[in-house]
Amino acid sequence: MTFKPISFTLNGSSKAAFATEGQNLLDFLRRAVGDLSPKYGCGQGTCGACTVMIDNVPQLACLVLAESVEGRAVNTAAGLANGPRLDPLQEAFMERFAAQCGYCTAGMLVAARALLDANPRPSREEVIEGISGNLCRCTGYEPIIDAILDVAEGRVQA
Amino acid sequence: MIRGNMVEFRKDIFADERDDNLNEIGKPTRRQDITGHVTGRSPFFDDHLFEGLLHLRCVRSPHHAARIRRIDTSAAQRMPGVMRILTGQDVPVNLNTLLSLLDFGIDDEPILSTERVRYKGEPVAAIIAETEAQARDAVAAVRVEWEVLPHVLDVEEAIKPGAPTVLDIYPGNKFVYHGKYDHQKLRLGDVEAAFREADHVIEGRYQMSPIEQAPIETCGAIAAPEQNGRYVCYTSTQALFFSLGTASKVLATPSSRLHFIGGTVGGGFGGKVDSIHEPLAILGTMLTGRPVKYAWDREEEMQVGAPRGAERWYLKDAVMNDGRILGRKFTGYFDSGAYTRLSSYAIIKGVGHLPGPYTIPNVHADVYCVYTNRTPATAMRGFGITGADFAIEAHMDKVADTIGMNPVELRILNAYRDGDMKAHRRLAKNCALIECCQVVAEKAGVKLSPEMQAASSRVGGGGARAHLPAFTATDEHGRVSGYKATNYARKGAKPPDLPGAPPMAQHVSHQASASAPPAPQHSPATPVPPGPPAPKRAGPIRFSSLSGFRRR
Amino acid sequence: MAIHRGRGFAAINYPIGMNLGGDPSQALVHSNPDGKFTVALSAIDLGQGMKSVCRQIAAETLGVPVEDVYVDTADSDTGPHDMGSFASRGTHRMGNAVIRASAEAREVMLEAAAEELEVDPGDLMTDGKGNIHVRGAPSRTITVMAAAQAAQFRQGRTIAGRGIFLIPLSDVDPDTGEMSPVTTFAHAAMLVTVEVCDETGEVTVTDMQSAYEVGRALNPRLVEQQLRGGAWMGMSHAAWETTEPYYPARDHGPVDFNSYIMPGPGDLAPHHISVLERPAEDGPYGGKGPGEMCANPVLPAVVNAVYDAVGVRIDELPVTPEKVLRGLRALGGAKPRQRL
Repeated sequence: MTFKPISFTLNGSSKAAFATEGQNLLDFLRRAVGDLSPKYGCGQGTCGACTVMIDNVPQLACLVLAESVEGRAVNTAAGLANGPRLDPLQEAFMERFAAQCGYCTAGMLVAARALLDANPRPSREEVIEGISGNLCRCTGYEPIIDAILDVAEGRVQA
Repeated sequence: MIRGNMVEFRKDIFADERDDNLNEIGKPTRRQDITGHVTGRSPFFDDHLFEGLLHLRCVRSPHHAARIRRIDTSAAQRMPGVMRILTGQDVPVNLNTLLSLLDFGIDDEPILSTERVRYKGEPVAAIIAETEAQARDAVAAVRVEWEVLPHVLDVEEAIKPGAPTVLDIYPGNKFVYHGKYDHQKLRLGDVEAAFREADHVIEGRYQMSPIEQAPIETCGAIAAPEQNGRYVCYTSTQALFFSLGTASKVLATPSSRLHFIGGTVGGGFGGKVDSIHEPLAILGTMLTGRPVKYAWDREEEMQVGAPRGAERWYLKDAVMNDGRILGRKFTGYFDSGAYTRLSSYAIIKGVGHLPGPYTIPNVHADVYCVYTNRTPATAMRGFGITGADFAIEAHMDKVADTIGMNPVELRILNAYRDGDMKAHRRLAKNCALIECCQVVAEKAGVKLSPEMQAASSRVGGGGARAHLPAFTATDEHGRVSGYKATNYARKGAKPPDLPGAPPMAQHVSHQASASAPPAPQHSPATPVPPGPPAPKRAGPIRFSSLSGFRRR
Repeated sequence: MAIHRGRGFAAINYPIGMNLGGDPSQALVHSNPDGKFTVALSAIDLGQGMKSVCRQIAAETLGVPVEDVYVDTADSDTGPHDMGSFASRGTHRMGNAVIRASAEAREVMLEAAAEELEVDPGDLMTDGKGNIHVRGAPSRTITVMAAAQAAQFRQGRTIAGRGIFLIPLSDVDPDTGEMSPVTTFAHAAMLVTVEVCDETGEVTVTDMQSAYEVGRALNPRLVEQQLRGGAWMGMSHAAWETTEPYYPARDHGPVDFNSYIMPGPGDLAPHHISVLERPAEDGPYGGKGPGEMCANPVLPAVVNAVYDAVGVRIDELPVTPEKVLRGLRALGGAKPRQRL
């Protein structure tokens, strides 16, 4: 097995770790770097549980080669909070009971953060569009949509 | 009509039965686990890192039914990263049934099959490798010689004479209830008399589809050597002690040497009770001395992970012009797939639920647990009930339509009320079906007659409605012989040799093969893992058996 | 092409706990020296809120604030036996075990407080805010923390409790099916509105109106989570999902979420929920279990609504456009019923 060193920025901090040949970013982040917030749900790019941002664009980590993040900035749900201060989206998800099992939550929050970063005042339809790549089996989505709209419409502050 | 995603609590209804002045109960307190969920820190089974983690993947049958002539692992053994290959000979007790811990049913399912496969996707060997990719490659390199056998997929085809036998211990492809019948019966009153008396006899056939639980986290477990001869197992199980007990039995290892950790699970919906992953992950750890992860990928979760089984229901109602249902007859077929798992038990639950939430004086049900050559069925949200409710409530609509009655009023008219005798011969209490119907009708603008608006679950039940019918028609239809509850399932006991018995030779050979399967050739040979000898399971156990295979 | 609107109704009940009983749950409760409690279980939280509901039940029974209780679950070295999280049994079975364990711990806590206050334990009450005081004399008071410290360091008492809940196993009569399945049932009624396109056969659920009777709603937000998510799943089972689209043939089985389809956030129907609470006499504070039954009424309500809309009976799930179109063809076109 060959190993390749990867240097990149994770949630604002410089990181370096070895990736195995052909390793995807999800496996690399979880096993080599130790950020366990992105989850494996399908490995096929169809569930969104592994959503991370690469250079501020949401991507499915299971479909991205680890070596492709060399020199780039990766952001995950683990980096949403600023120290002990939670992201308003995290507050809104808690207040709205927008998580049950919690397995899709990290990916969902990253997708929502990416949406609001690009479009701070999305309509309900735009929120639906923004999370349409992220599956949730528990909630029926309504509380998630409502939580994101709470932030977009200023009802929840950090 | 009220619209939108509102939720209202109708505190006015049943208010006199509640004390609403409590400190913590009834409060909208935030979830204890919510901070972990939104920060990505909640520890699911796969969120535990181990140095040197190995990955286990299974070699699976491409056929619905086949005999295994030979498993050749020699090429796979030489593949990069392959640490160990397991076959059925490596599993200390390679035969189990999920509810055996409750003493329910006969062990019928190998952990890794050695002689025959009975569904597409059945595992016959397991590769343990350094990486998941290496395990996948090695799985593809295992050569299995198959002798394809005839198969059957439809429940009603499977119970016809001459259909291929799925499991030798159930020769008619039907589970045996109480050692007595090839189905579970429910009898109250006399439905045939009700059909003669009725203004309308209304029939229907309903098919509930197989459904995948589809939790976003797939099923899996990680096992690792702990200390002092113990093994730790992080698991996605829905039932910690079910899985621990299954692993203890299958691995012939006392529970005191197993440390199971779970409880934070990425959705289950019934699909995480089967305890498939824990035994093999721990066995892999025992044999390699290293941490081993066994988890399904999404495709396995969908196709070899047990679904909610399909159900087929035939209903026949005796109905009067005024909407009263005098009698209801069911014939039901649960598709258990290739092994029993939980289906036999689901049927008892389903039968206890019939005829739905209605007081019907004559009820008859014959419900069959049928084996077919498909992925075994297991629990899912609504276990044993969802399919029956689909049939009953679609049928109620047909009844309402036939007699020209408002469908909500038909339900209220026939709804069970406090004090009514139910078909399983217990009195109803704490009923609330009528009130639910009334609230929905009011919200949705469905006009109810004053009488239906005034109806109550607490009024009008009991009295004559509490009585068992003077006569209940019973029968011996589906009687089997040769099954005797007290000695059939006991390990080592031979089934009785009775005249007219089902082909017992098959039973004996299966039982014998359960303890010592004839080894198909496979290489290299693998020794049994270290550990104390299997604890003897004898004498009365925790739970008696509905199957009738009761240890007394 | 025309869109036909129809409404369908269904009503159900649901048994709470493992059928026939025989499914025990155990709980252990103990206090730290500062009067903060740990509840040790082996129950599983799959998202249904097991940890949260047990925490509220323990706090209520102990008479302390919910923040002073933490539920630690599913470590087989510390959590005692539980059958598992299925059969809508968690709240009912484990909730009762937690009540018993908490009541035993509370008794010791009050004995410790009584010794400090030099009164009879029977004269003491908790205020749910972390204080214990003499009934009718609120000034004669001690904090839970002080009582716990006294118990640990002065009196040598363990503020701890054990609880188990078991409904004895019922027999089943082979000839009549006589049995005691469960002790309590939840209830639901559901009216859905659908739109059916007679050209494509597509069925869209456009509205759901429901009433769910759940026993006492121990946490209304957790109940709402189950009902809203569960009804969504019921809609999905009715019109979207199956592992074997051509059952009993196994062909075309889905292998990913592109072929195993479920309603996404853009496919939701507004759902107006009414919750009714008729307490179960043997439920923890009257609670039942809303987790499973919430999906069940949606399946038949959808097929009944399709019939109402176009006159086609779909007796095989899921309701696919193909089945609707075949039904319309056999019927010679849509025959709206509009009965509801």
